[in-house]
Amino acid sequence: MAEHAPAPLGGKLLTPVTAVLGALSLAAAAVIVVRFIYGLGAVTNLSDGFPWGIWIAYDVVVGSALACGGYTMAILVYIFNRGEYHPLVRPALLASLFGYTLAGVSVIFDLGRYWNVWHMFWPGYSQVHSVMFEVALCISLYILVMWMEFSPTFLDQLGFSGLKKKISKLMFLFVALGVLLPSMHQASLGGLLVIFGAQIHPLWQAGMLIPLEFLMTAVLLGFAVVIFEATLVAVGFNRAMETALLAKMAGFMHGLLIAYLVVRFGDLILRGAIVSAFKPSLEAFWFWIESICFLVPVWTLSSPARRNNAGTLFAAALLLLLGGFLLRINAFLVGYETGEGWSYFPAFPELIVTIGVIAFEILAYIVFVKTLPVLPAQSATH
Amino acid sequence: MDRRNFFKSSLAAGAALSTGRARARETRSILPEALGLLYDSTLCIGCKACVAACKRENDMPPEFLPRTEQPYWDQPLDISGKTLTVIKVYRHGTMDKKDQEENGYAFIKKSCMHCVDPSCVSACPVSAMQKDPVNGVVSYDKDACIGCRYCVAACPFGVPRFTYDQTFPQINKCQLCKHRWKDGGYSACAEVCPTGATLYGKVTELKAEATRRRALKPGAATTYPRGKLGGPDQSYPGVAAKYVDRLYGETEFGGTQMVFLAGVPFEKLGYPNLPPRSDAATSETMQNTLYGGLVMPIVFLGALTYIAKRNVKDDEQGGHHG
Repeated sequence: MAEHAPAPLGGKLLTPVTAVLGALSLAAAAVIVVRFIYGLGAVTNLSDGFPWGIWIAYDVVVGSALACGGYTMAILVYIFNRGEYHPLVRPALLASLFGYTLAGVSVIFDLGRYWNVWHMFWPGYSQVHSVMFEVALCISLYILVMWMEFSPTFLDQLGFSGLKKKISKLMFLFVALGVLLPSMHQASLGGLLVIFGAQIHPLWQAGMLIPLEFLMTAVLLGFAVVIFEATLVAVGFNRAMETALLAKMAGFMHGLLIAYLVVRFGDLILRGAIVSAFKPSLEAFWFWIESICFLVPVWTLSSPARRNNAGTLFAAALLLLLGGFLLRINAFLVGYETGEGWSYFPAFPELIVTIGVIAFEILAYIVFVKTLPVLPAQSATH
Repeated sequence: MDRRNFFKSSLAAGAALSTGRARARETRSILPEALGLLYDSTLCIGCKACVAACKRENDMPPEFLPRTEQPYWDQPLDISGKTLTVIKVYRHGTMDKKDQEENGYAFIKKSCMHCVDPSCVSACPVSAMQKDPVNGVVSYDKDACIGCRYCVAACPFGVPRFTYDQTFPQINKCQLCKHRWKDGGYSACAEVCPTGATLYGKVTELKAEATRRRALKPGAATTYPRGKLGGPDQSYPGVAAKYVDRLYGETEFGGTQMVFLAGVPFEKLGYPNLPPRSDAATSETMQNTLYGGLVMPIVFLGALTYIAKRNVKDDEQGGHHG
C-alpha cells in the first residue's frame, strides 16, 4: 500500500489558473472593504422583504453542504469501516476544511453588527432555543475539529512531531465529533426554515421533516462532491482516475437517493402540497427543475455499467450537486415570501463576493495539494 | 455485542430517551398584565398624526419617496429602518364609501404586533429580542444584536426592520414607547390620535372595549374613549360602526397585544390569516426533540466514539494515518 501514502504534488504555484483565481479573490476583497465602510446596502440587493440573500443561502447554506465530502467520507471509512475508500479521505477533508472555514468567514461579511458575534457563545447572551444558535455552535466546533483532523498533514512539516503524536492518539474522538457535528448542523440549516412557517412555499415548508431532508441531501452532496473533485483533480493534475472506487461508492449514493426521494415526495403527497407543483408558477417551475436533478440520477446510478463509466458518473454527480443547490436556494429564496411587493436578485458586487470566495477556496486547495501530503502518491503520471 | 449492533441499539436507546424527555413546546398564553393597543379602522381618518408623533418621540429620521422633487416632509410608504408605524390605505374600485370592501376604502395601521408568542424572540440567537415577562412588550437591545436579521425573516408580519444603508446598522421596531413610561407617558401614537382609533391600555381592557363596540347596533349612538384606557376621560360621542366579525389578534399565533377592529376583511388590509399555533412553538418543539438535554447528541457521540476508536486504530495498524 506504500504507493498510496499521500505526498505533495509539487510544481509551480503561479499558473494562469491560479492567477485568475487570485484576481477573482482580490475583486471580492475589494467589495468586502466597501461593504465594511458603507454598509450592506451599498453592495447588496438585500431588503426587509429579503433580509437574507446569496451570502447566506449560497455561501453558508449551500457552501457548507458542498463541503460535506469530508463528513461523508468519514462516515464511510471510519463508521462503516470501508478502509478501501481511505485514499479519498484526505482530499475530501481538505475541500471540506476550506468550504466550512470560508462559510464561517462569509457569515462575518453578512452580519450587520459583526463586532458582537461572540455574543453567540457567551452565557447570558446565548439563546439556546434559537435554531441559529445551534447552527453557529456546531459549525464553529466542526471547523475546529476539521483543523485537528487535518493537522497531521502539516504538523510534521512545521516541526511539531510531538503534538502530532498526541493529536493522532485522540484522532478517534475528532473523527466521532466530525460525524456528529455536521449531522446536527446540516439538519439544523434546514431547521432554520421551520420558524418561517407559511412564509415558505408549501413545496418546501416540510415542517419537522425539513431537517431530515437537508441532512439526507447533505450526505448525498458529500458523495457527489467527492466524485466531482476526484474527477477534476485527475483531469486537472493529469493523474489516474479512481473510477472503480468511485463507482462502488455510487452504489451507496443510489440507495440514499431513493430513500431521500421517498421522504421528499411522500411528505409532499401526505401534506397535499404536491398539488401546487401542477399549477403554473415560478415556484412550481423551479421545483420541477430541482426534482429532475434528483430523479435522473436514480436511473443513471441504477446500473453498474453506467456507474463504471467515468463520464456518466461525473454527470450524475453534477446533477445531484445542482439538485442539492436548488433545494436550498428554492427553500431559502425562491420559495420565501414575507408579503407582496418584494423581490430579490443578487447585485453584481454581491455576486463578486460569492464568486471570489469560491475562487479563493479552489486557489487554497491547489496550493495545499501542491505543497502538503494530501493526494495519494502515484508512481507514474499519465 | 458487535459494533454494528451496539450502534443500532444505542441509536434506539437515544431515540427512546429523547422522545420521552422531549417536552412539546406549547404556544404561550397571554400575560394577565399585558399592555397593547386597540386600533379601530372605522375610527381612523388617515391624518397620520400617529406617524409624526412616533417619529418625534423615537428620534427617527424622515424618509422621502425615491426621486421625489419635494423632500420637505416625511413620506414613508411602509415601516422601515427609519419608520416604526405607518397608516396604509385599502382602495377598491370607485372608493365611494369608507370601510366598505366593494368600491370603498379603509385605513390600517402597521407596527409591531407585540405577539404573545413572538417568532423574533424565538429566532434571535443572542437574546437581543426580549418579551417582557410582566407586560409582554417585545423590545430590542442593539448592544446585544449581531445583525443576522433572522428576526426580520422570521416575523410573519414583516415588522423588525434593518438599516441596510448604515455602516453600523441595527434593527428598528415599535417598543410601545416604553421609554416614555418613566415620565408617566404612554404610546405616542395613541396619545395624539384625535379619534381614539388607536387606543392604549391593558389588553384585557382593550378587548372588553372591542367586545362592547362589536355588540352595538351599527348606526346606534355611543361614545368612544381616546388616548389611554383608565386615563383621564377624553371620550366623545359617535356612531357605532359596522365591523367584519373578527377581532384580529385574538387567536393568531396564540394572540397579539395589538388588536384590530375593521369594516373590511383583514386579508384585504394586508394582515395574514395565521393559525392558533405559533411557529415559535413548532420550531422550539423541533429543537427540544433533537437536542433536549443534549440526550440525543451525547448518545450518538458515544456510539460514534466507540466505533471510531476501533476503526481508526485498525486503520493505523494498516499503515495509514487519519
